[in-house]
Amino acid sequence: MNAKSTLLAAAAVLALAGTAGADPVKVGMITTLSGGGASLGIDTRDGFMLAVNRAGNPDLSVVIEDDQQKPDIAVQIADKMIQSDKVDVLTGIVWSNLAMAVVPAATAQGKVYLSTNAAPSQLAGKGCHPSYFSVSYQNDNLHEAAGAYAARAGITRAFIMAPNYPAGQDSLAGFKRFYEGEVVAEVYTQLGQTDYAGEIAQIRASGADGVFIFLPGGMGISFVKQYADSGVGLKLIGPAFSFDQSIIQAMGDAALGVLNGANWSPDLDNAANAAFVEAFRAEYGRLPSVYAAYGYDTANLLLSAMDKASVSDADAFRAALREADFASVRGKFSFNASQHPVQDLFMREVVREGDILTNRIVGVAIEDRGHAYEDECKM
Amino acid sequence: MSLMLLIEQALNGLQYGVMLFLMAAGLTLVFGVMGLINLAHGSLYMIGAFACAAVAAATGNFWLGLAASLAAAAAAGALMELTVIRRLYARDHLDQVLATFALILVFSEGTRWAFGSFPLYLDIPRALAGPVRLPGGIDYPLYRLVLIGVGLSVAAGLFWLIGRTRLGIRIRAGEADREMIGALGVDISRLYTIVFALGAALAGLAGALVGALQSVQVGMGEPVLILAFVVIVIGGIGSIKGALVGAILVGMTDTLGRFLLPIAFSTFMERSQATSVGAALASMLIYILMALVLVVRPGGLFGRA
Repeated sequence: MNAKSTLLAAAAVLALAGTAGADPVKVGMITTLSGGGASLGIDTRDGFMLAVNRAGNPDLSVVIEDDQQKPDIAVQIADKMIQSDKVDVLTGIVWSNLAMAVVPAATAQGKVYLSTNAAPSQLAGKGCHPSYFSVSYQNDNLHEAAGAYAARAGITRAFIMAPNYPAGQDSLAGFKRFYEGEVVAEVYTQLGQTDYAGEIAQIRASGADGVFIFLPGGMGISFVKQYADSGVGLKLIGPAFSFDQSIIQAMGDAALGVLNGANWSPDLDNAANAAFVEAFRAEYGRLPSVYAAYGYDTANLLLSAMDKASVSDADAFRAALREADFASVRGKFSFNASQHPVQDLFMREVVREGDILTNRIVGVAIEDRGHAYEDECKM
Repeated sequence: MSLMLLIEQALNGLQYGVMLFLMAAGLTLVFGVMGLINLAHGSLYMIGAFACAAVAAATGNFWLGLAASLAAAAAAGALMELTVIRRLYARDHLDQVLATFALILVFSEGTRWAFGSFPLYLDIPRALAGPVRLPGGIDYPLYRLVLIGVGLSVAAGLFWLIGRTRLGIRIRAGEADREMIGALGVDISRLYTIVFALGAALAGLAGALVGALQSVQVGMGEPVLILAFVVIVIGGIGSIKGALVGAILVGMTDTLGRFLLPIAFSTFMERSQATSVGAALASMLIYILMALVLVVRPGGLFGRA
């Protein structure tokens, strides 16, 4: 065999290895499957696994563990997944405080982390990392959408309210970043607060003409029910977290007409989304939430990178992820330099369809939005 | 800030307080009579809310749901006492805390298994929905006024039960000297089951009533449980009167603190900083109150020192 044919054979072998992604990829999913926040983690898992099962790629395997919404447990699980399960990619964390506990250590050990939800500003700006990708958004985005749209919805004097913890403070800052009206009052509630009679009385007395709230999970359910019963009746606006598929059924008609900023909606008009909503409904018997959509997109991004590069070649694999060459259920999707999405932010409204409540898009809040911390990321 | 707003906030504090009382009353009875720390009291609150939501959804009738919540929580309480709690009376408090903490996990995951992870829907009955106009021009939600009424009536009923009935005499005797009333021929184990079921029913009632205003979800009982413990420590362990006074104090302090502190701070601070600092301090206020009460009266306001 001459030198030329040896080279050709070698090139062929390399090409095969490159295209087939011969190395199997093992994913460790850490998410919240028990306790009060479980519905978010369950939707993340179900969306992710729906894409994995639809692709049927035998090279992709997933291990899933419950973090119980506790940072210490999440850290233990991450250590175990990295050391004994030998995972290549970590994903699935819902809460920012858990992400801050797990992500920097995981990326420092050379693991890729794909965020299905939590995307704190620290990891978008100064703490950005070549192995960290946020597939969902940057934490401020949905609040920015609400702020940008509020004036258009006729809210010129806003009463704004969030729980007193880092994400709550970021939320109010995010709302104010693009809000053109006046903020008449700014109120911080307790994290986990369930009774809002005091705040509702303040809203009534404030002279505001609209209310922005960031009250995720059970806090939002409590507030919206009590607010509807109080008869105050000012326009409510917020980020999608407070008015998503998993919780609006528990609010009932009290949620009707509430505006919420999002980067995805079940009625978003593109083929990938129609197929996703249809398949999710058929598989699980309920409508998907934003968390399910992020999980589904994350799995499809990973699958697209596996087709292009082998996970053992870290640089090539990360480059393949950066290309974001997959059909996102959000339609437009690309990564900016800090590896966070550039995408359209929408305004949705809670509506009743038959006997279930869901969201539909009423307008675009901000087009092609990246995030506010891009300049701080040196990578 | 107007006087009307202050009055409205005081009503909110009172309503919050009487709901806390329903939780604290059962807890303090069980602790006072049996010397038992029951961490799973919050689970009974959750069971009441879930029973009410499930029955109200199935029948479309909130009042049937309310009856179901009383029945379900009392039954769960009696069952708990007969199977687990009964074995703990002679043990020390650490064993009781461990065992009842285990019960929290069992009830939480059991509820998730039965109802799923998503919060349930439970709304205020139509007849009580919406605000009413009070003298002075305050629009106040009717349902919250009804809650104040129900809470105060239950308190009156409990005082009558403890102070004027045969069962009450036995309960008080059991608190004072449990060996002696056993020797006098009172069936002490039946008395304990009844007291436990009574406390459980009150927690279930609170869960159902408050569930209509809040989110009916797994784990809803534990935050309330912590407050209920604060209430009985302030009021004096074992005292129903202490539980009532403590609950209203905690409800008022919390509601008015959240309202007034940010306003007070904003007189000398920049606004967004004042709201943040004020809210942080307001969330500590009831614990500061508890510490102060314990400094002045180590046994609580109405406790035996």
